[in-house]
Amino acid sequence: MKKNFFSLKSTLAIGVLIAAVSFTSCGNGGGSDKKTDSTANSGSGDDNAIIGAGSSFDYPLFSKLFGEYNKTNGVKVNYQSVGSGAGISQLTNKTVDFGASDAPMNGKQDSAVSAPVLHIPVTAGAVVLSYNLPDVKDTLKLIPSVIAEIFLGKITKWDDAKIAAINKGVKLPSTTIVIAHRADGSGTTNIFTTYLSKVSDDWNKTVGKGSSVNWPVGLGGKGNESVAGTIKQTPGAIGYIEIAYAIQNNMAYAKVQNKAGNFITPSIASVTAAANVTIPADSKISLTNTEAADGYPISGFSWVLIYKEQKYGDRSLDRATKLLKLLSWTIHDGQQFSGALNYAPLSPAAVTTGDAILKSATFDGKPILQ
Amino acid sequence: MIESTTMENNTLTLSDVSLGVIGSVKTPAKVRQRVKRLYRQIRTENVFKKTLVLMGLIMIVLVIGILLTLIVESLPSIKALGVKYLWGRTWDPVQDIYGAYPFLLGTLLTSFLALAISVPFSIAIAIFLGEYFPKGWMPDFLKNTVELIAAVPSVIYGFWGLAVLVPIVRSFEIKIGVDPFGVGIFSSSLILAVMIIPYAASLGRSVIQMVPSALKEAAYSLGATRWEVIKHVIIPYTKSGLFAGILLSLGRALGETMAVTMVIGNTSIIPKSIFAPGNTMASVIANEFTEADKPVYLSALIELGLVLFLVTVVINMIGRRVISRFTNE
Repeated sequence: MKKNFFSLKSTLAIGVLIAAVSFTSCGNGGGSDKKTDSTANSGSGDDNAIIGAGSSFDYPLFSKLFGEYNKTNGVKVNYQSVGSGAGISQLTNKTVDFGASDAPMNGKQDSAVSAPVLHIPVTAGAVVLSYNLPDVKDTLKLIPSVIAEIFLGKITKWDDAKIAAINKGVKLPSTTIVIAHRADGSGTTNIFTTYLSKVSDDWNKTVGKGSSVNWPVGLGGKGNESVAGTIKQTPGAIGYIEIAYAIQNNMAYAKVQNKAGNFITPSIASVTAAANVTIPADSKISLTNTEAADGYPISGFSWVLIYKEQKYGDRSLDRATKLLKLLSWTIHDGQQFSGALNYAPLSPAAVTTGDAILKSATFDGKPILQ
Repeated sequence: MIESTTMENNTLTLSDVSLGVIGSVKTPAKVRQRVKRLYRQIRTENVFKKTLVLMGLIMIVLVIGILLTLIVESLPSIKALGVKYLWGRTWDPVQDIYGAYPFLLGTLLTSFLALAISVPFSIAIAIFLGEYFPKGWMPDFLKNTVELIAAVPSVIYGFWGLAVLVPIVRSFEIKIGVDPFGVGIFSSSLILAVMIIPYAASLGRSVIQMVPSALKEAAYSLGATRWEVIKHVIIPYTKSGLFAGILLSLGRALGETMAVTMVIGNTSIIPKSIFAPGNTMASVIANEFTEADKPVYLSALIELGLVLFLVTVVINMIGRRVISRFTNE
């Protein structure tokens, strides 16, 4: 009996050892191996199908755009709405042709990629401050310092003097302010917290900006839908959501004072106006607190990310050209579909910058688009 | 006939088989057939036994592999934050400061509160179906309904909670004068309680039905009432089984993600009262994993998963000790 028991134990020990080695080395080694893996999906397979992944904000727009592109050009695009962060990591691992993100790549993500990545702005959106005050019929006005103090938890009641001062003549109830924010990491949070960090030193020191921050107060919800739901259900709630959700759910949203001092109503036109400023050559600009006089201050671009040098893995020139043509169409003819879906078309300045960036993409050193 | 095996290496060999054909009048061909069949039977036995052992080993290796992966992937976070992670109260992805305490508290609070709410219901259903009405169309219907509660996907509970329960809790909170969030520890405990009732109820019903009638009849013949039989005969007999069912419920409650994340309010502030919003470890991981854009952030989330894994293991071990103490009494 002893002999059998021993052999069972040793088999188990060997099995665990093998599992340990394979599981852990798969986790670390596999990740770095993928960068140089020439059998990555992006190269092989059907050159007529382009794969992209990333921002869920862009998903409704991309669905429509790529469907239309397929009708006119016959190129199929497969886009997975997995979130900006996951889109960037898939691009880093070269498993997709392009990524999509609501925030430009940060320092850590930059150092993880093996080659330079181009950021092409494809659309812009607004983050609106939606609130639930059924008895207030006029649209509320908000100024940056008040917004920061509300979200820091310093202003706790709707009839606070600071809110009343900017909304003269509006009867505000004395309900407690309930904040609704995102519980998951998101580009919407990134845009909103970047804005708050710019307009409030207090916010910048205490909380900072990012896709996921340590909110001092408030209830979290997963996704824009959940935040919108919380706002609709809780009397006295205020939260930040993408404009499409506020419009489609008939929710009230506030006018925000921009840098020039004007109270701007969030709309597609005011977002496009916000983007009509000088855009740096690499297009990595935050549109928050924009200089434009009639621009909505809490706006942001959404970018498509591609490698600058398109010859990697076993990608062909044909595939790279199809990708570049798709992106070029997106920023020109594709913009006509934005309005109906509550996305803001790119401003002329953004389109010019986008064109220049696309022209800088190369295959084997030679520019792809002429 | 297979007798007195030597069990070398736990397998049977031909020398273990006494050939009962010796001495009987059979043709050589038939003898060969008989021997071939015996060989086949021995091989089948051995292969079957080895397959079973292999399946068991795969399970063990898988679990240990998961644990090892969790440990290895959390190493960056363990190196950066140390043991302070376990009682840290701040979860700040911007400054890369992470602490698991609020979520640990939230998980334990919601799970044990849910258990406390559901146990009376589970035990009551178990006794009702096991002792009072073991057969009949109505108990069958009740049994199937209770098992249906376990079959409903947890996302549906989340939606139901958000659409129905949260407004009710909100108006309740307005009545008693606390902040009318609606979401919070209380709402999520209620939903969890509903979800975990079936586990303890089903297991409890099975063990209660297995109490030998002789014991019960002896008690009845001594003049015990129904309640006294339940209290003094059935419950002591089924203590370990009932406790195992409760442990199963607790395990489910600890790991439940989707339903909880929709109604718990998702804040990383330590809840001050039962009606305040909170967060659980599973809910944080589910929400923030896909968008964790920094390596320490990702590693901190995986470390949270490791903590959850270890909490589950510890609770299961404690439960197992308690059960063995019940069984040995």
